[in-house]
Amino acid sequence: MATKTKAKPIGSMQMTKQMYQQQASKYKPKRNVLLNCMRAFWVGGTICLFGQALQNMYIHFFGFTEKTASNPTVATLIFISVLLTGMGVYDNIGQYAGAGSAVPVTGFANSIASAAIEHRSEGFVLGVGGNMFKLAGSVIVFGVVAAFVAGILKSLFKMIF
Amino acid sequence: MEYVIAFVVGGLVCVVGQLLLDVGKLTPAHVMSTLVVAGVFLDFIGVYDKFIDFAGAGATVPITSFGHSLYHGAIGEAEKNGLIGVATGIFEVTSAGISAAIAFGFLASLVFKPKG
Repeated sequence: MATKTKAKPIGSMQMTKQMYQQQASKYKPKRNVLLNCMRAFWVGGTICLFGQALQNMYIHFFGFTEKTASNPTVATLIFISVLLTGMGVYDNIGQYAGAGSAVPVTGFANSIASAAIEHRSEGFVLGVGGNMFKLAGSVIVFGVVAAFVAGILKSLFKMIF
Repeated sequence: MEYVIAFVVGGLVCVVGQLLLDVGKLTPAHVMSTLVVAGVFLDFIGVYDKFIDFAGAGATVPITSFGHSLYHGAIGEAEKNGLIGVATGIFEVTSAGISAAIAFGFLASLVFKPKG
């Protein structure tokens, strides 16, 4: 009997890549793009709205100008995001909002803090220090490389013309 | 009114991210890297500053502004010190964000225990 049941899937051995993908796609969870986008929109928008309120607060009460106020605003948002990550709230928001919580700068802080907290058991140097930038590292690397290349190009351009 | 614009524009940037996730089938790390590079590019062609003037926090809070600040730091120093300024100035503007994230992240790992 066992040999018979084993012999049966021979047909499926000849299954092409395409057929496999057709089969597999039946079992993939369907993504509801519209709903996800609406969630990302209102959560991301709310974070930016909150950022705007913070920025205005720094301008009106602490004497920052419109240009300089974005720095303390970002730092405050990062602090709040790290706090929420530590309490386990931010991950729940992330589950609901998808890119709505990942795209704002709070998502950057979340990826750093969650990696730091998660790897703490491996020690402070190898765990926290070594893994902190596991997710955020690529953002910094690609940002710096792009800015470096663009900066060099722009400077050379200015020198020549 | 600036609050409405910040909300709508910030939300729309997040929708772009969500579309990259769902339709483009990218991972969150890819989406964030893409958006940062997009921010650098938009600033390179001179669009991002106008975008910030228009949208305020709607443009400075999403991760695209990280690329914009990197590029701005590099260019600002390059204007003063020539080519070497690109390297010395690149983190000038983003310093607050990065050092805050590192310091708070480390402190959080001292205080909080991993969940789930």
